[in-house]
Amino acid sequence: MQVDEPVRLPRLSRAAVCGGTHGNELSGVYLVREMLKPENRKEDGGPASLLMLLSNPRAVQQCTRYVDTDLNRCFTHATLNGPASEGAPYEIFRARELNNLLGPKGSRAAVDLICDLHNTTANMGLCFIAYSDCDWVCLHIFRHLQKQMPDTPMRFIHFDVSTKESYSLDSIGKHGFAMEIGPQPHGCIKSNIYTAMREGVQHMRDWVSCFNSGPFSCLVSLYSGFKTSKCFLSQDRDFCLLRPGEPLFQTFSGETVKYQGAEALYAFFINECAYYKKGIALSLARKRRVSVPSIRVQTDEEERASEQSFASEEEE
Amino acid sequence: MSNGSSSNNNNNNTARFDAARRVAIFGGTHGNEMSGVTLVNLWMQNSAEIQRKGLEIKPFITNPKAVEKCVRYVDTDLNRAFTQENLSATGGDELPYEVQRAQEINRMFGPKGSAEAYDVIFDLHNTTSNMGCTLILESSKDAFNLQMMNYIKKAFAPASCLVLLNEHPLLKYSTSRSVAKHPVGMEVGPQPQGVLRSNIFEAMRVILKHALDFISLFNEGMEFPPCTVEVFRVLERMDYPRDANGNIIAMVHPNLQDCDWEPLNPGDPMFQTFDGKTIHYQGSSTVYPTFINEAAYYEKQQAFVTTRRETLAASAIRKA
Repeated sequence: MQVDEPVRLPRLSRAAVCGGTHGNELSGVYLVREMLKPENRKEDGGPASLLMLLSNPRAVQQCTRYVDTDLNRCFTHATLNGPASEGAPYEIFRARELNNLLGPKGSRAAVDLICDLHNTTANMGLCFIAYSDCDWVCLHIFRHLQKQMPDTPMRFIHFDVSTKESYSLDSIGKHGFAMEIGPQPHGCIKSNIYTAMREGVQHMRDWVSCFNSGPFSCLVSLYSGFKTSKCFLSQDRDFCLLRPGEPLFQTFSGETVKYQGAEALYAFFINECAYYKKGIALSLARKRRVSVPSIRVQTDEEERASEQSFASEEEE
Repeated sequence: MSNGSSSNNNNNNTARFDAARRVAIFGGTHGNEMSGVTLVNLWMQNSAEIQRKGLEIKPFITNPKAVEKCVRYVDTDLNRAFTQENLSATGGDELPYEVQRAQEINRMFGPKGSAEAYDVIFDLHNTTSNMGCTLILESSKDAFNLQMMNYIKKAFAPASCLVLLNEHPLLKYSTSRSVAKHPVGMEVGPQPQGVLRSNIFEAMRVILKHALDFISLFNEGMEFPPCTVEVFRVLERMDYPRDANGNIIAMVHPNLQDCDWEPLNPGDPMFQTFDGKTIHYQGSSTVYPTFINEAAYYEKQQAFVTTRRETLAASAIRKA
């Protein structure tokens, strides 16, 4: 990949930070509430408006993951644009509301960036979860956080799902990712986890400001990302390599069940409470390195030119 | 107590208790505390592991609806529901689910306070707090229970098993196990709600094994000499700092998080506000906090409880 010329990308004019997509994942709930306080609203500098909101207020109020159905699976095109019905689950109604507010998904009116805040009971440290391994904005934000928070274990997880099939809240924005931090029991707030999330969000805001102010000298950066294959231990050993034949489960009578796969893979989301119902004890991933090009914000002229060519393409 | 006599003041006397013939093991009193749910389900299918000669041991899921939904409770906390008022309430199906359940459990394993009640009930719980293995006592005067605690602690050593005593007139509550003559709470953490952790599961299993061994030995006629038991006695409940609207404005301080049973001295950091300021403990003496950051207690206005260390003396005991 040639690195001489930075990739030009449009200004990130509108961004959203969402908490409480799962109502019992409390770091995001408390962080958004805190950020919404009048004394904490501040200008970042640079033309970025920041929306902060609680995605699932009913679930937050009940301190439960969801009321009728998992909100974070409701953002497929099919669900968002399906027929409206009186008896629809609350979360489907809410997903459509959020799509009106932050989207519509896939359109030019969608917000530029969504950061969706989550917690996990798994020992995963801080993870970015995204559908794309070539969304340079998300990758640069990740790299920025890695540099600013060197003591926080940090990984980038690439869920290999096409945009057509993407189902989570962050897929509404032109750029988006989930910031997932664990371990934290659901319904609990741990100060070290909250602090990590607060700092992560602040560094993200700083980066967006800096990017929008252009020119921005980003260097080509290398990072390790994870592609996942869903499957079906080593308790707390998220992101350790699981080799064929190594212990995976222990039966109630004390026998060990070994990993039977052919390939050594990295385990994560180990023992996430909410995944019991989905039949997932852990997920497995391959580790890759990706080259990320330099990026810089488009000039006004470049932005106008690209808008004109966009309009003439009549994309869906 | 309705069986035997005991005298804690005079350790020269051996307290006599009837043999403990009927024992119950409760799981799922809170439907999302998975160790107890899993153990009881396992033993209901295959009770070989918990069989003891001369003992009737009944594993039992106390709150099946909550277990099915994997929630703490459906209408109201079952482990607070065994008040006299609830147990004698009329209203049948109109009553909250857990009150109906409490009445049913009282019929099956009680009646509470009567001679027909079960001898011992073990009630299995998990906590998100870093409490390790904890046995919970409701009375400082039950020599049978104190001797059991002593036995379990020694058998489990060098691993730690601590004893929490909640005899506080205001903070004490009417538990499902209180139906029995000798109620024993077993609390193991840290474990998130709805999650099963193998180390937590195994620890609970081992402690129960020791408890049943004790009852077996007692029933066979073994005399247990006088002993002392170190306990942590509940003093007071500390809530999170809240604003005028009742919203929490601070979290358990990182220095206190996971430090159950360690001394909290006056002036030590206790809470941390969302913008990073420290709130210090203002009490007049050192206390030992526990149930630190239990998820289920946010709604009960409790960030942790304070305790003080005490040594209780138990008289010798022997089967009557």
